[in-house]
Amino acid sequence: MLPELSHEEILRYSRHLLIPEVGLEGQRKLKASSVLVIGTGGLGSPVALYLAAAGVGRIGLVDYDVVEYSNLQRQVIHGTSTLGVLKVESARKRMLDLNPGIQVQVFNEPFTSQNAMRIAKDYDLLVDGSDNFPTRYLSNDVCVLLGKPNVYGSIFRFEGQLSVFDARRGPCYRCLFPEPPPPGSVPTCAEGGVLGVLPGIIGTMQANEAIKLLLGIGEPLIGRLMLYDALEMSVEFVKLRKNPHCKICGPNPEITELIDYEAFCGVPGNDHVDGSQGGGWDITAGELADRLAKGEKIRLIDVREPHELEISRISGADLIPLGQLAGHLSELDSAEEMVVFCQAGMRSKRALDLLVSAGFRKVKNLKGGINAWVKEVDPSQPVY
Amino acid sequence: MPTIKLPAPLRSYTGGQTLIPVQGTTVAEAMLDLTRQYPTLKPHLYTGEGQLRSFVNLFLNDEDVRRLQGIDTLLQENDRLLLIPSIAGGRE
Repeated sequence: MLPELSHEEILRYSRHLLIPEVGLEGQRKLKASSVLVIGTGGLGSPVALYLAAAGVGRIGLVDYDVVEYSNLQRQVIHGTSTLGVLKVESARKRMLDLNPGIQVQVFNEPFTSQNAMRIAKDYDLLVDGSDNFPTRYLSNDVCVLLGKPNVYGSIFRFEGQLSVFDARRGPCYRCLFPEPPPPGSVPTCAEGGVLGVLPGIIGTMQANEAIKLLLGIGEPLIGRLMLYDALEMSVEFVKLRKNPHCKICGPNPEITELIDYEAFCGVPGNDHVDGSQGGGWDITAGELADRLAKGEKIRLIDVREPHELEISRISGADLIPLGQLAGHLSELDSAEEMVVFCQAGMRSKRALDLLVSAGFRKVKNLKGGINAWVKEVDPSQPVY
Repeated sequence: MPTIKLPAPLRSYTGGQTLIPVQGTTVAEAMLDLTRQYPTLKPHLYTGEGQLRSFVNLFLNDEDVRRLQGIDTLLQENDRLLLIPSIAGGRE
């Protein structure tokens, strides 16, 4: 039995009720339905806002972060007034302001193998707005094992991907990506940046796919992957097929319960990585400043991109963007003391790995990147 | 000449070029020509043993080459290979 709509709700949803594909019955379906949104960041913001506005009766939010200043360029569910507030609480407040008639359940915890089945089992479908590989594989596997659709969206710089993975009717995420890329081989938005509008576009499309699935209307994006390029303003679709050897949704699955996703991906899924190598490979900003002040000869290599020099710089540093470093090794002297740095320590960690594997030993990674340098040594420049 | 369309994460290795014309009559030859033109791409696409990495997804027009003849799939003059990356999002 579908729930009835009050007169107030009929007025609120009147633009839906006018569409024959939704109508009164569709709106009552939405009221009876539930969606779990993984992440309340760039993608999760529009997903949660539009699902709330559309009248999805019960929406779950999973996130463990707090709202930070650099989130607000794209995470539009949050605001300046909720800086420092738990993201799930900030999002719930905004959603209930938009639509007090829905139920918002918050899970202020990382989505892990330990809690994922318990959290996800009571929802009709899952929307993956996460930002790391372990959580993406986890979201996929949870959906395959529970027999639920997973509305997938992912973004980088100006490009977005969208699909609906439903192993009962088509391929899953593992059919397309059987294995994650090795750690560090794919830049993240934290290093490569992302246009703020892009998660808005992809996340809004995820919300649309979720609503279509809940209503049972239209052609869901099952078995197709959409590739969106915001710079070219191009949209392409490729066909996805079930992989007969898929380890979780194939005929002879190896994976029958959740696994250790951080080990599988070789990266942490939950805690922020500071790019620190640990051991003797790190140097702090304070230590570097002291050694330079003593007149030690240390070659500084900035592995950021040229346009980042306009934001901040360390004087005397040579710019060799990470992507070009491999081609410039012959210009570097392995007998010389070197410190590599980037914005926050991730790219320079990869530069360090590259240099060490090429035989360089007198090289260190500036812990926390130029942002740490700015905070500790040269506060006249901005942190970004 | 066939072309390979590269995703944003790999464009830093091609000086920002997106569509790369390549020589070759098969997917394998086209990919090798790509890494000949841009050697720093190689470790991102191939293992140390010279195998294409399993997370490298290649689509010929809109079809996954694994569902065709894999890297032996023949290429026509105007074919376009699309390289689809694994991207996870924003984790810092």
